[in-house]
Amino acid sequence: MIIEKLSKHYDGKKVLNSVSFEIPKKSVISMIGPNGAGKSTVLNIISRLMAQDEGVVNFEGKNIKKYKSNELSKRLAILTQTNNVQMKLTVRELVSFGRFPYSGNRLTEEDKKMVDKAISYMELNDFEDRFIDELSGGQRQRAYIAMVIAQNTEYVMLDEPTNNLDIYHATNMMKIVRKLCDELGKTVILVLHEINYAAFYSDYICAMKNGQIAKFGTVKEVINKETLSEIYNVDFEILEIQGKPLSIYY
Amino acid sequence: MTGDIYQIELFFISRLPRLLAILCTGFGMSVAGLIMQQLCMNKFVSPTTGATISSAQFGILIALLFMPASTIWTRAIFAFVFSILGTIIFVSFVQKIQFKDVVMVPLVGIMFNNIIGGVTNYIAYKYEMTQALSSWLVGHFSSVIRGRYEIVYMVLPLIIIAFIFSNHFNIVGMGKDFSKNLGVNYNLVLFCGLAISAMITGSIVVVVGSISYIGLIVPNIVTMFKGDKIRGTLIDTALFGALFVLICDIIGRVIILPYELPIELIIGVLGSILFIIMLFYRLNNGRKAIALKIGGKCSCSQ
Repeated sequence: MIIEKLSKHYDGKKVLNSVSFEIPKKSVISMIGPNGAGKSTVLNIISRLMAQDEGVVNFEGKNIKKYKSNELSKRLAILTQTNNVQMKLTVRELVSFGRFPYSGNRLTEEDKKMVDKAISYMELNDFEDRFIDELSGGQRQRAYIAMVIAQNTEYVMLDEPTNNLDIYHATNMMKIVRKLCDELGKTVILVLHEINYAAFYSDYICAMKNGQIAKFGTVKEVINKETLSEIYNVDFEILEIQGKPLSIYY
Repeated sequence: MTGDIYQIELFFISRLPRLLAILCTGFGMSVAGLIMQQLCMNKFVSPTTGATISSAQFGILIALLFMPASTIWTRAIFAFVFSILGTIIFVSFVQKIQFKDVVMVPLVGIMFNNIIGGVTNYIAYKYEMTQALSSWLVGHFSSVIRGRYEIVYMVLPLIIIAFIFSNHFNIVGMGKDFSKNLGVNYNLVLFCGLAISAMITGSIVVVVGSISYIGLIVPNIVTMFKGDKIRGTLIDTALFGALFVLICDIIGRVIILPYELPIELIIGVLGSILFIIMLFYRLNNGRKAIALKIGGKCSCSQ
């Protein structure tokens, strides 16, 4: 996936200014940066939820706008923060929606198997008949991820998946993200606020500031004192733990 | 009825059509309400609290006004067009404003309803058509006889279509981003769903008149127990709606025997009481409490 010169305005204000980068396949890419840097906007554009003003998103050799919506939904999945639905659906019903792009209104036997697999993979068997609005935040988040697994796409995009989760569930979520990439071979693109989660669990980091890419590279290339201090305007100190950079800010 | 021709004739001209009209009304209004609630993600939206019923009545008035010799079919088409328009105006208004409190939505709907109703009444007064119109303002089954009610069968194919596309409606109810992720055209499905609800409502209003509250209360009660998956609740909702109308009709017929009260009156009284109970229940307990009580599981960590 190649992103070329994306620009976007809101009410005359430029929120994205000529953003270009390339997403390496089968890796975890985290987007970090201060509020209003344009991280979520980029994610929404590359997942076709939002239209850009200028620029092109090249998805597997073809402009993303040229794809049929249904075709894309078999190759690219996105979970946004607004997915906190109050609808009373059971976990199984929600996960089954992941098969919708393939089979529409009639689930085949194969679809059912995929749904079963996704539910077991996320260890949701005990909850599969519970309504999602009865679950805790962490369980609900896992149910949504199970839906994305059932959707069986090469690309998975998550907008702040650790938002509103405690340390235990947030860490679990990041481990799941890692598994999506390592075990299921997906390309995962995340928007994250916690720099240390990004540093510990990603392969690449895309740091944004003021609607532009401040730095894109491997974790070691981006997570260093100079880059982070410049992006966040806060003093940073970088320690090394288990071979990964740990940042401390004050 | 042993061989009595007169009785048999009465049965086929009046009794049977009345029963069928009652069933169709119950099916139709409750399913229309279910679809509207799911599409709008709001449990307080329905043909009554949206502007669907009053728009349909307005359409009928326009038909009576400009085409006095119109058949029931022409009137139905007017009712369809106006109820679709009214519903879509209401829904786009509600979506644009994004109220913080869900209870605001039915309040706005009731106001919108009254505005349309006011205009309808004004025009009816001005052209001395109040009497002609009154038959559509207050729903009743007493004028349902053979040859004058068949349009109400329209609700059956519409319900079947709704059943076929039930997953689409569910997905649209989960929100715009969610729909797009699954490759569902949000605006198209929203429009079609609202149009189906409006047409169901229109075909009922044109035959029996306004039947309020069913579209609001029945889907709410059923979803409390069976969840929001339309596939799983549509049939229950339709049957429960029919039962509700049937009971209200019987009450209306026996309460001042040998006379008959219009069903709208009975449903209005019962429905508004249930609506108020539901409102308080939702406000005090939210959705969660209901789910826990029914599910019998209290291990929720929130």
